[in-house]
Amino acid sequence: MFPTPIHQRPIVNQYIYKIFLPISLIIWLIPIFGILMTSIRGLGDITAGNMWGTPSEFLLFSNLYDVFTNTPMIKYTLNSFKVTIPTMLGAVALSCMTGFALANYKFKTNLIIFFIFIAGNFVPFQILMIPVRDLTFKIGLYNTITGLVLFHVAFQTGFCTLFMRNFIKALPQELIEAARMDGASEFRIFWKIILPLTRPAIAALCVLIFTFIWNDYFWATVLIQGDHAMPITAGLKSLNGQWITAYHLLSTGSIVAAIPPVIMFFLMQKHFIAGLTLGATKG
Amino acid sequence: MELNNSKAKRITWWQKNQVKISPWIFLAPGLIFFSIYVIAPIFVSIGISFYQWDGLSPSIYVGLQNYIELLDDEYFYISLWNNLKWLIFFMLAVPIGLGLAIFLNQIVFGIRLIKSLFFFPFVISQVVIGLIFTWFYQPNYGVIAPFLNFIGLEGFSILANENTATYGIIFAGLYPQIAYCLILYLTGLNNINPEQIEAGRMDGAKGFHLFWNIVLPQLRHATFLAIVVTVIGALRSFDMVAIMTQGGPYGYSNVLAYYMFEQALSEYGYRMGYGSAIATVLFTIMMFYILFFIYRMYRNEREDNN
Repeated sequence: MFPTPIHQRPIVNQYIYKIFLPISLIIWLIPIFGILMTSIRGLGDITAGNMWGTPSEFLLFSNLYDVFTNTPMIKYTLNSFKVTIPTMLGAVALSCMTGFALANYKFKTNLIIFFIFIAGNFVPFQILMIPVRDLTFKIGLYNTITGLVLFHVAFQTGFCTLFMRNFIKALPQELIEAARMDGASEFRIFWKIILPLTRPAIAALCVLIFTFIWNDYFWATVLIQGDHAMPITAGLKSLNGQWITAYHLLSTGSIVAAIPPVIMFFLMQKHFIAGLTLGATKG
Repeated sequence: MELNNSKAKRITWWQKNQVKISPWIFLAPGLIFFSIYVIAPIFVSIGISFYQWDGLSPSIYVGLQNYIELLDDEYFYISLWNNLKWLIFFMLAVPIGLGLAIFLNQIVFGIRLIKSLFFFPFVISQVVIGLIFTWFYQPNYGVIAPFLNFIGLEGFSILANENTATYGIIFAGLYPQIAYCLILYLTGLNNINPEQIEAGRMDGAKGFHLFWNIVLPQLRHATFLAIVVTVIGALRSFDMVAIMTQGGPYGYSNVLAYYMFEQALSEYGYRMGYGSAIATVLFTIMMFYILFFIYRMYRNEREDNN
């Protein structure tokens, strides 16, 4: 193990470590504490410049009430779910198939297609922006949730294919060979053998795509204009313009926007991390 | 009889060829989707960059004029220069993430929870991070206002000053990026071969020497991924700029990604051709990294097959 486990160190070092650990955590989380504290405060504290002292009133619920009733926040949150969940399902479904095809079959253009998926996944959004916006206009889906979902599904398929293909490739090939010997059709192999084995990969992708799409801001501004379809990131930005110095409301809204991916992260942490490291465990 | 025959024939044809055809059936939906929404638009954008177009009226072919205009555009150079600053300073996330990972790679009470709390800025939207830091930087009501007063910079606004705005945004951007690199390195440290470390220790390797010669080479994969995602993140920096300064003051915190958006889609005018030219430049820069990444994957593939 590197570094040397702390319990093998002199007792003084152990104490120093145990003191520094929480201190570093507190410093690291200052921005988070900042919004948590502020979401409790009222306007009085904000204008008095009381940012770090004890809140003079506990107004979290009244702030939440304000945010939910005086703004389209509920609508924004629902929109975000309506964009995120179909995208997650769509991209995972498509990439199970593409990943399987690229991992399991040898054909001439295999690697080229794989690399196209990878390259497309890394391109700057701006090079896609005008044609994608134009296309969405032409098929009558500009300013709709469907239009946004379609693009997200297509784009995320790149990353998901990279991930799925590597995962399926690492599965034991003998299983597939044996099934083929028994006369199982290719679709049966995919459905009965591969899919059940890819469950951990599917879980990892779902968490990742959920966070990516929930937090997307760029495409939400490019493809959506009105409150009716706007997801929470773009909604928060537009509310920010109205609130100006109402930091207590801004903080409350930010917390609402951050909660779903944070919950997802804490529940599925193992899968999340496996996903981020591309499932690659080899040194 | 004949019907039966042809049916039997068809089945055998399918059986014979299904291994050849199946991959294309599995690939088709994903590949078609991806081609329409990702691959084709790249070429369309490059095409548009040779036209003058407001998005509505017919476009006019202008050859290289958009690119020639770029060469004389002061704001383009400011954005390009800021992208370079992003690339350089965003890289700090890699060593800081590694340092934190080494610090946290211990087994003590509560360490799992502590690690998760260190990770989680990464899952929060950049919009939220941007809003938090913008408020932190506010000269009067902001969180760092007392500190600024203390060092005699009363009323100093980091985001409104042309010399500090970009650094203010990069600093905010580092917060989730460090968490990202930390995650990659902690996984890397977990996968290190303990025998090699012990062997190194037996040979008397200690501290920095052990780290540099034995640990770091084993973290190659994590380092590679951390650098790739940080470079891509730096070049993609759009959200933070859009939230915190919208490129201001006077374009001094602009980056190519945001400048393109501003030219093509904002109240400053619908200059699709000019915007596409900026996007093409950004794409070309990014392509170097993409090709590097793919080259490495290609090498790994060949090693795996041999």
